[in-house]
Amino acid sequence: MQKKLKTVELTLPASTEALRDLEIGTVVYLTGRLFTAREGVYKRAIEDGVGMPAANVDLGTANFHCSPAATIEPDGRFNVGAVTATASFRFAKWLDGWFKLSGCNIIIGKGGMTSEIYRNTFVPNNAIYLTTVGYGTGALLGRGIRNVPGVYWRQELGLAQAVWVLDVERFGPFIVESDLEGHSLFETELAKITPGLDRLYEGTKPATLRRYGETDDKKDEVI
Amino acid sequence: MIPQSIIQDTAEKLMAKAAIEIPDDYLGGLRRCADTERGDLSSFVIQAMLENYEAAKEDRRAMCGDTGVPRWYVKYGNDARPQGGPIAVEQTLRRATATATRTVPLRPNRVHPLWRTDHDNNVGINAPEIEYAFHPEADWIDLTTVHKGGLFGSDYRMLFPGDGLQGIKRFFLDTLIGFGKRGLACQPAIVGVGLGGSKDTCMVLGKQASCLRTVGSRNPDPRIAELENEFRDLGNSIGMGAMGFMGSSMVVDCNIEVGYCHTGGMPMSVHMFCLSSRRATARIHADGRVDYRTDPEWFTAYSRRETVDWSGPVAVAAE
Repeated sequence: MQKKLKTVELTLPASTEALRDLEIGTVVYLTGRLFTAREGVYKRAIEDGVGMPAANVDLGTANFHCSPAATIEPDGRFNVGAVTATASFRFAKWLDGWFKLSGCNIIIGKGGMTSEIYRNTFVPNNAIYLTTVGYGTGALLGRGIRNVPGVYWRQELGLAQAVWVLDVERFGPFIVESDLEGHSLFETELAKITPGLDRLYEGTKPATLRRYGETDDKKDEVI
Repeated sequence: MIPQSIIQDTAEKLMAKAAIEIPDDYLGGLRRCADTERGDLSSFVIQAMLENYEAAKEDRRAMCGDTGVPRWYVKYGNDARPQGGPIAVEQTLRRATATATRTVPLRPNRVHPLWRTDHDNNVGINAPEIEYAFHPEADWIDLTTVHKGGLFGSDYRMLFPGDGLQGIKRFFLDTLIGFGKRGLACQPAIVGVGLGGSKDTCMVLGKQASCLRTVGSRNPDPRIAELENEFRDLGNSIGMGAMGFMGSSMVVDCNIEVGYCHTGGMPMSVHMFCLSSRRATARIHADGRVDYRTDPEWFTAYSRRETVDWSGPVAVAAE
């Protein structure tokens, strides 16, 4: 049976002091305000120089890599069903500029990034990364949404890429993937798994037809 | 004549069922993973997913926020006669996809690959995919919708006969380890393997093996069935569980489908149907009755026929 994991209830916006208590592998539930932003937003805000879609105080300081399953009713009400994160590693190149622009100190997403990016980009900005769980707890997360105070750039970017501001209560679960020192839970776990991989490949040899650009080093990742 | 209104109503119900209700066979398989998993983090993830399925059913909300890429599989009995013909059926399935996107709601995922333009309804050029099969001596239509994740966990490789079973095993491991890290494949998954065919057929067979066969089903060729068991156990011995954390829960089941291929080659594809294995099927009978189920019964003795003429028993599906 599983050991009970350490669980923390975190209020948003979170202070650096509050983040300092979060070790990798800790389960976190969030209460407060956060917002969604992904590649469309980063490109528009940073590359196109448009800046943030609203005052930072209205958006919050936690950025969720997510597009909700939601509709906007004819009367303007929002119907939010399930919410699930999308893979974050694709967004790494924008993050340094993004931290400066947005003032965010929590990134929530799927799969994390490399510890190199944490050290170079997250640590100087006092930011941590929270990963969603199983990448499919969309219904549980949907239950935690109390209110949608605003949706920005809906016309410019479409429903999926728009900025959804969400007021949440005991929203989760999430797991701390990187802490304020830039450690990565995924890399820590993989370092324990990798030594066992060679025995699985015993008796096999590389495929007859090779492919450019691939690796046979199982310590490598595909991200 | 099967009325179009019944097809429309059934298709909309299927979209919601697939998005909200985890199929019993996958649920049973995941519960077995939960019973044997020793990794604390991997166990926590599986437990959260089991709670998520309950929340989805109670609230009637989608279990996953990422709709994946909804698609349709249509199997026509040879004597089925839908009102308006197959063109009307296609239009109905496209409309049901768009309607369900708004009513469930589902996230509108589909965009133009270059212009990134969006109809906000999961319908567009060549979307949703609609695949067809036929069944002898029947007057029903089977509709199946699958909402499979659209980004990670699938790969294709042209292997050669000289690569042998060891080459197949190696590519299987490569795919599971590569996409299993950080849980990109959203494992534990139903892993489908396509062997043979031409390149497109190889991909289609592997995807169908993961999405259209149930946990516990076995290929009728006993030697392939043995490989399915072996590969399931191999995947679970990697040392990796849910989200790429230490553990043993990688493969809920492994399904292999084959097609005859070029004499010089041995193409292989691997597909992973995720923690939200979304599929739902309905049989619409000629008299308008509708029976819902979660086993698509896509692969049959007829669909796997080996030679020119079909003379086998037609009444029962192979699984």
